[in-house]
Amino acid sequence: MKKIINPCGFHCIKINHLGVNFGEEVVLTDVNLHLHCGTLNAVIGKNGAGKSTLIRAILGDIPHSGTIEFKDTHNGTLQKLKIGYVPQSINIEKNNPVTVYDLIASYQSRVPAFLWKKKSLYKEIEKALEVFEAKDFIDQQVCNLSGGQLQRVLLSMAIMDEPNLLLLDEPVSGIDQNGMELFYKTMVYLKEHYDLAIILVSHDLDYVAKYADHVILLDETVSKQGNPKEVFESPEFKEVFATGREEKWFQEGKRNRGTKEWDGTKVKKEG
Amino acid sequence: MNFTDWLSFGFMRNALVAILIMTPLFGMMGTMVVNKKMAFFSDALGHSALTGIAVGVVCGLGDTTWSMIIFAIVFALLLNYIASKNTLSTDTLISVFSSCSIAIGLAILSKDGNFGKYSGILVGDVLSISRKEIIFLVIIFAVTFLFWVLAFNQLNAMSIHRALAKSKRIPVAFYENIFAVLVALTVMLSIKWVGILIINALLILPAASSRNIATNMREYHLYSVIFSMFSGVLGLFVSYYTNVATGPMIIILASVIFFTTYLFGSRFKQ
Repeated sequence: MKKIINPCGFHCIKINHLGVNFGEEVVLTDVNLHLHCGTLNAVIGKNGAGKSTLIRAILGDIPHSGTIEFKDTHNGTLQKLKIGYVPQSINIEKNNPVTVYDLIASYQSRVPAFLWKKKSLYKEIEKALEVFEAKDFIDQQVCNLSGGQLQRVLLSMAIMDEPNLLLLDEPVSGIDQNGMELFYKTMVYLKEHYDLAIILVSHDLDYVAKYADHVILLDETVSKQGNPKEVFESPEFKEVFATGREEKWFQEGKRNRGTKEWDGTKVKKEG
Repeated sequence: MNFTDWLSFGFMRNALVAILIMTPLFGMMGTMVVNKKMAFFSDALGHSALTGIAVGVVCGLGDTTWSMIIFAIVFALLLNYIASKNTLSTDTLISVFSSCSIAIGLAILSKDGNFGKYSGILVGDVLSISRKEIIFLVIIFAVTFLFWVLAFNQLNAMSIHRALAKSKRIPVAFYENIFAVLVALTVMLSIKWVGILIINALLILPAASSRNIATNMREYHLYSVIFSMFSGVLGLFVSYYTNVATGPMIIILASVIFFTTYLFGSRFKQ
């Protein structure tokens, strides 16, 4: 498998004037983003702001207008962008015999998984799983994994192709507080040890404040972007998150979390 | 009683060969039909055979097999296309298509009280299969197996997550259509021998039984094929001695296997 590369800082991904329409309805319009390798970029916004649509558009799952460029700023050449994607959930219900090996082999290889297990491929998959401490799951059925375990398996698979851009949704179900902390630490590990940029759709502003390098506030278009402090203190942010504040407080109370590195309490009180 | 005397009849030998080709094919294909949650789709496809025959009769064809096959392929591709538009939920859509096509088929075939002529196809009769028709089965078996070896991983990837498969540059719509056409061809080439009413069971039951005990993809296919062939051969054998139609007997045995694996599957897995 690949060796771990440090981010070079010279690659950048430019998303220019991206727009998505579903029929007559405008879901996204004029989205402009500039992402550097080695950064964690969090996309935040209220429900229906187009966060998942943005991910699907970049992925090429739905048609969009505008362009996506991948540039080497060192010598200015354009390169082909390789995208890794970690879906929030997959279509595997109880009793499905697909194992972790079968799952990854299906996406990464042409050796028919229903006929035999190829030794070298098995080794390769094992190695990829090792990065996220998921090696022991290789022969387990995917339907028996917990949410956090599945997430690690999917991350291992996404990293196998050495992507330049990693797209993912923050896990929302089946993950406890420790799991969330672990998830964000993994994100930090990834951006520090691989040559890639991460776009993460996030719902938890405290974690965004703590871990993200760049925050994108989305509401049909990019209404504000910058470092967490800039965005969280902006009037645009307050407008979007003004309603539903009580709900947020309620969640906070339930979690009863410890102190934070960055003073997120201020944000909550004001916005 | 001599247990091999049934093989002294030519029609029984033909039936046995046909079953030995059809059942592994259904066992293999069923795994993906079940994983992709297409049980309802294949059921509707089977029912569309009635309309296919009706179209053949209206066009004055002597052999309605071809009109049946062509109609089923069009039916499958059309369903795929409309389902991809995402305007209606898929099960509603299939139901609409299915009922509509059955109604048209029945209306045409029952004109002037003639439906009795076609009612045999509802139950099927494997004993009437000829050498030439066995060759068609061999061809579809070979094509499907080749497709499985070349594209099984992609099919599996698509069934697990479409967008993720797309992001790995798998031509999703292309494979989906080929798969639907192959299911249509397999079902149509076998429907006269198994019967419209129960053909879907032969596709679903072995794979569903296998899921009860399989712990990976290889076991899933292996058990599914074994269950399918076992119920096929034993069904033919039992139907000969009990004088019952072969198709229903095969499905009864396959159902027994399903319920057995369902009840004891969890113990088997540990």
